[in-house]
Amino acid sequence: MKAKAFSYFRAATIDQALDAHARAGDDARFIAGGQSLVPALSLRLQAPRLLIDITHINELRGVTREGGHLRIGALTRHCEMLSEPLIAEFAPLLHAAAPFVAHPAIRNRGTFGGSVALADPASEFPAMTLALDAEIEIAGPSGRRRVKADDFFLGLFETALQPGELITAVHVPLFRADQRFAFDELARRRGDYALVGCGILATFIDDRIDDIRIAFFSVGDTPTRARSAEAALIGKGLDADRIAAAQAALEGDLAPPESDEVPPAMRLHLSRVLLGRLLGRLGEGS
Amino acid sequence: MSGFEDSLLDEVDETVRIRLVVNGRKVVCEVAPRHTLVDCLRDTLELTGTHAGCEMGACGACLVQLDGRAVHSCLVFAVQADGATVNTIEGLTESGVLAELQAEFHRRNALQCGFCTPGMLVNAHELLSRVAQPSREEIRDALSGNYCRCTGYEAIIDAIDTVAKARSENGGAT
Repeated sequence: MKAKAFSYFRAATIDQALDAHARAGDDARFIAGGQSLVPALSLRLQAPRLLIDITHINELRGVTREGGHLRIGALTRHCEMLSEPLIAEFAPLLHAAAPFVAHPAIRNRGTFGGSVALADPASEFPAMTLALDAEIEIAGPSGRRRVKADDFFLGLFETALQPGELITAVHVPLFRADQRFAFDELARRRGDYALVGCGILATFIDDRIDDIRIAFFSVGDTPTRARSAEAALIGKGLDADRIAAAQAALEGDLAPPESDEVPPAMRLHLSRVLLGRLLGRLGEGS
Repeated sequence: MSGFEDSLLDEVDETVRIRLVVNGRKVVCEVAPRHTLVDCLRDTLELTGTHAGCEMGACGACLVQLDGRAVHSCLVFAVQADGATVNTIEGLTESGVLAELQAEFHRRNALQCGFCTPGMLVNAHELLSRVAQPSREEIRDALSGNYCRCTGYEAIIDAIDTVAKARSENGGAT
């Protein structure tokens, strides 16, 4: 099927994009990489009257180091998460997650900001903003603001973004020498959506965990932090008993959806297996 | 000056003039905004080597190079590509960059119906441009977005692997 007819406007600046959206009311959508939006339009799940192309807005480009964080422009493509040296050095968790995002041709076009804005609960990057304690930088009709990732994902494909707002960048604290990270997912086939996926960022004092953020995806309506598992690990070393305690705590953190194909108990089991593997890797100092 | 005219909102069926460089030639097309790049290539420019399969970004039959990177031409509206450089299977074939891959696909019977083959070749070409000596696992990963419902993939992976090895034995010359 083809998309329903729409008008197209290519914005050169953020103000132009916001202005166009305001004039079209609720009947407009921003398009960046479009790797999820175009299929949604083709299936007529959405039928906006106006498509506002934001891919030529320079202010949304680029990855820069600003003080204690990286500013990752919303238009940074998934393939750039793999090729950009600043990401590899200062946000290695994103670099580790990037090869798991869809497949190469999608990564060549899809954008980081677009993925976070869509907030697909099965996507890698929205969950990683939780693990990284990132801040989402937003521009909208009532000005600019920042929202912590912890406060950004509200429900199924629902975020703190208000109508007419767009993500301009994501700010990620710089990775430090006292930190370790781990990422993996379980999928039936590379490039498919994960049955369950997880990313972890931990700060160590000697071999004890001082702080840890564990983010799961594909286990509920939103990307989800495993706060009970985190609490079970803080202040402790990563021995087998602690890992088992964190795995047990997941039951209180995750509420996998009903599904004939992957029952909740199976997804919870896979989450525990995955968490065990990742904590094992962290314990080895990876 | 916002650049946005309210009259745009009343013109949803109007066509737009776009300029592209397709296979090294400048072209001008009239497209409706809802027409995808693959529609434009096939229907307007009659470059039918790019195949429209799932039109959802899953099958990979429609891969083209857009500004030098392989993308699904079914997931890009033609208007978004205004000003871009596009290389299709026809242009890449004419330039000769695919010759070894095409010969090896042929020799190994790495195709049957051939519907997926243009996308496979565009993808394989990009992989080998980026990674000189990919492992079979890397080749499989790279092909994860290209469906072939005939061959079971082994012959395709063999063909790409053979070309990669031959090139590296020739001192990396392409």
